[in-house]
Amino acid sequence: MRWFWIDRFTEFVSGSHATAVKAVALSEEYLHDHWPAYPVMPHSLIAEGMAQTSGLLVSETYQFKELVVLAKFARCTFHGEVRPGDVLTYHAQIEQTSEDGASVKVTAHVEDRLQAEAEIFFARLQTQDLGSSGEGQEGAMRLFNPAHLLHWLRLVAVFDVGTTADGQRLRPADYGFETAAGGDGLTP
Amino acid sequence: MATQEDIFSKVQEALVDALGVEDDEVTPEATLQDDLGAESIDFLDIVFRLEKSFDIKIERGELFPEDILTSTEYVEDGKLNEAGIVQLKQRMPFADLSQFEADPMVQNLGKHLTVNDMCSFVSHKLAG
Repeated sequence: MRWFWIDRFTEFVSGSHATAVKAVALSEEYLHDHWPAYPVMPHSLIAEGMAQTSGLLVSETYQFKELVVLAKFARCTFHGEVRPGDVLTYHAQIEQTSEDGASVKVTAHVEDRLQAEAEIFFARLQTQDLGSSGEGQEGAMRLFNPAHLLHWLRLVAVFDVGTTADGQRLRPADYGFETAAGGDGLTP
Repeated sequence: MATQEDIFSKVQEALVDALGVEDDEVTPEATLQDDLGAESIDFLDIVFRLEKSFDIKIERGELFPEDILTSTEYVEDGKLNEAGIVQLKQRMPFADLSQFEADPMVQNLGKHLTVNDMCSFVSHKLAG
């Protein structure tokens, strides 16, 4: 299993908001581990979906180049259950940003029904926060191999639907990703 | 012009929302870390809420002058030196630093910040 708790973005507007969907299927392992006789999606994994939707949105505002970590859920409320066959729609809206991080309001709906709502804080870690100095610093600031990161961003359709605030399409090259043919062996 | 009561009530609301504490726990004398359980990330949350609530802009290091606290010029063996304390007082005129001065371990500065200090900080910002 891969740690993707959104299937794809359907909307992604830089610095503003994003919508992502997650289809819940009975073939997924975790549904059978929670309450075997009554499969529901655990709330913790819905929280993860909300965090992934908003985390990538925040990370984009720092060009996908910095360490942006989930700092806390200031508030998180769940309503009802999510069952196999349901499609969760996550909507994240950036509320405030600063040099230190960002706050995002996120909702999860199943059709018209509000399933969960949260306010999430992300911290932007800077070099001094890592307590290191000198060599290796640049490596520490990059959590992921850029080729892998680009692959994941493509899988969740960031570059299929993503736009800037004024409607220009987001392109991998704008973030310094190498997209030359045969470059990383991961891209189609 | 916001009254002291207005300021206290909005600071209280910000702390209740950011820290998940009850209204009556947020007394003027309560310390943010020990009494209300604030951790470092909560300060960003508190700053965002104060900015929104009072329509002010709080720059990095304004509430908590990290640059002084991490400066090799002002910090010796984990303690702020005389020059550092002078700097800190200039940057934090809103805070009562008397307890901190008695044992100026850098890591303890946050422990002495009270709800009252937050209200003074906001008053200071609004007046400036």
